[in-house]
Amino acid sequence: MDLAQDYFALFGLPRRFALDPEALAARYRELARATHPDRYAAAADAERRYAVQLAARVNEAYRTLKDPLERARYLLALDGADGEHPTTCDTAFLMRQMELREALAEARDTPDPCAALADLEREIRAEAAAITASLASELEAGEREAALVSVTKLQFYRKLEQEAAALEAELEDE
Amino acid sequence: MALLQIAEPGQSTAPHQHRRAAGIDLGTTHSLVASVRSGTADTLPDMLGRHLLPSVVRYGRGVAPQVGWDALAHAAVDPANTIQSVKRLMGRGSAELEDAHLHHALVESEDSTVPRIATAAGAVSAVEVSAEILKALRARAEASLGGELAGVVITVPAYFDDAQRQATKDAARLAGLNVLRLLNEPTAAALAYGLDQRAEGVIAVYDLGGGTFDLSILRLERGVFEVLATAGDTALGGDDMDRMVGAWIAEQTGVADADAGLAVRIRHAARAAKEALSDREAVELALELGDGGTWRGTLTRETFEALIEPLLRKTLAPCRRALRDADIRTEEVADVVMVGGATRVPLVRRRVAELFGRAPHVDIDPDRVVAIGAAIQADVLAGNKPDGEMLLLDVIPLSLGLETMGGLVEKIIPRNASIPVARAQDFTTFKDGQTAMALHVLQGERELVADCRSLARFELRGIPAMVAGAARIRVTFQVDADGLLGVSAQELSTGVHAEIQVRPSYGLSDGEIERMLHDSIEHAGDDLAARALREAQVEGRRALEAVDAALDADGEAFLSPDERAAIASAREALAARVEGDGARAIKQGIEALEKAAELFVERRMNASVRAAIAGRRVDEFSQD
Repeated sequence: MDLAQDYFALFGLPRRFALDPEALAARYRELARATHPDRYAAAADAERRYAVQLAARVNEAYRTLKDPLERARYLLALDGADGEHPTTCDTAFLMRQMELREALAEARDTPDPCAALADLEREIRAEAAAITASLASELEAGEREAALVSVTKLQFYRKLEQEAAALEAELEDE
Repeated sequence: MALLQIAEPGQSTAPHQHRRAAGIDLGTTHSLVASVRSGTADTLPDMLGRHLLPSVVRYGRGVAPQVGWDALAHAAVDPANTIQSVKRLMGRGSAELEDAHLHHALVESEDSTVPRIATAAGAVSAVEVSAEILKALRARAEASLGGELAGVVITVPAYFDDAQRQATKDAARLAGLNVLRLLNEPTAAALAYGLDQRAEGVIAVYDLGGGTFDLSILRLERGVFEVLATAGDTALGGDDMDRMVGAWIAEQTGVADADAGLAVRIRHAARAAKEALSDREAVELALELGDGGTWRGTLTRETFEALIEPLLRKTLAPCRRALRDADIRTEEVADVVMVGGATRVPLVRRRVAELFGRAPHVDIDPDRVVAIGAAIQADVLAGNKPDGEMLLLDVIPLSLGLETMGGLVEKIIPRNASIPVARAQDFTTFKDGQTAMALHVLQGERELVADCRSLARFELRGIPAMVAGAARIRVTFQVDADGLLGVSAQELSTGVHAEIQVRPSYGLSDGEIERMLHDSIEHAGDDLAARALREAQVEGRRALEAVDAALDADGEAFLSPDERAAIASAREALAARVEGDGARAIKQGIEALEKAAELFVERRMNASVRAAIAGRRVDEFSQD
């Protein structure tokens, strides 16, 4: 194992977007087993410190690879697209975002806020899944510009998901 | 330093002596100690056969503190000097303790940020009180196991923040314990339950103790216990139920302001009533009022449940949040494990069953399971089970971040990130010519600094004067397997560096702990210097044996003749001093040997990790 390896190499995976989440999780458990500091509890300080570094690297790699959005961004960054954030001027997309945002803001004042929110979250997830699917084919086809736009769009949806979850927690606490 | 044991992860390379290890559940209302003996983990009783030790310490002038049952027996007659539920004060500042329902007067001192409680034996901090409880458990374990403990695992609520964890570790240090690991209570319970039931799949652990609540979601798979998410409340537990019932009793008796002794009697009556109502519909109460009169009354389960319902509702929101963070639906939860004495309350079980849509698992002893899990982990970490399959993968409960402009918190490590974890983020200067940067480390979920817990402040100085926004300061957060944070900062163009192991704002300083160690009665008769030398010699000999074995096994494969010679020379230098009488010289020798062997260590570990994950074809993991 080499700390300078990219996350795909670290996990022994081909550098591509498509992967099997079950296999990724199984691989994570193997790597964790081999690197976790508990396995070196009786070892010298130097070894334990090194194990902490290795295990932290494995955890960060897993976190990145298991999330489609993070994985796509990481793939694009490996490809030299770090720091590029194209703005989307897809008017229909931006209109839709405004609609969803309004619906989220109004959910609280509907007769059954929890149900309204659940419906909205379902819509958000379905639309995000559709973009993730096109992102997957764009990345496989090497259409870098299109993939960067899809990543930007997914980030909009990620933010919406987070706000919806925050509202859900708020409603539960009341 | 046992280089030997890393030759092949999960495989022992030499027979070794069993090391005495124990698991400690340092609870709000009571504490336990457990150990693995002849392959079985169990809690250790005191000489009278009692497993629980009340977490109560009574201080007296000129005498050693009383701990446990004796102290508890005096709580009502000597309330000012008898400290209960001290866990609630761990890692907390005076301002934060105002609403902690404290029954003691706090003393502020000029040279410390740690609040102290006034007693007949002087002012004591929560860390010192906890250390007394740990000393009592240590003595019990050493008597049972027949010798000094090599190390312990101490459990903490999963939702404990960095300051509370650090305070617990400080208490252990004061008690003379070597802490192998701070382990989250629900994770310890899951471990004991999972190994006992051979469980697989997703489980939820609902842990309602005396003063804290945790809910953890774990995935159990072939010996790996992976925590997916945790949520909770570190100021919510059975104590609060007692308080609710106590307020009801006080109202019924018509006593407007109870004195300290009566307050303790009410609290004890409330606790007894709560416990009795677990298997009865009503309980008769009798309370001496202190004016010669006695109040009598009846508390029904119905009234009791109405009193505690709001508390239970407060536990359900964290349950939902943990499920959401883990991305797990309630139908996917294979079992809900109940931990902590307060889960004996029938209403708690009903509410949990409603939320998860299944009857919870209540067959394990909710008081002892945490200590037993800790003992199993202690046995592994002491090196007694080098071939074990078991592995715990835990998370950090609360997000960690830095203060940025406008009093906002920039999160660097999100909650529920798997630990150990390291994450870096770059910041820049705000003003032209700015040469220093103040870093304020915070923990919590809210966006405003004022709403998060302040962990520490430190400064990075010596930044070269540049225009605003030109400097690049990389701040790295690293959380170790105990869940404790270290922060470092570096200006990238110049390499100026600053680093701290976070010492919480309300924590004891290293100096204070050293002084307490010296002042403590136990160490007075102990020759600290002789002890330090003995420890250094043991460590030095182990380092020599380990490096010899490692060189024999892998020296050829991983080292050039020059590299090998460098290690050999550091080895000889240590060998020459290890039987001498200089503890410092031995320590330096060990450090020099470690430094010389650093690359060797990395190469061997990289090779062993590669070996552990070899035999897998890349295309097994790809998907068409």
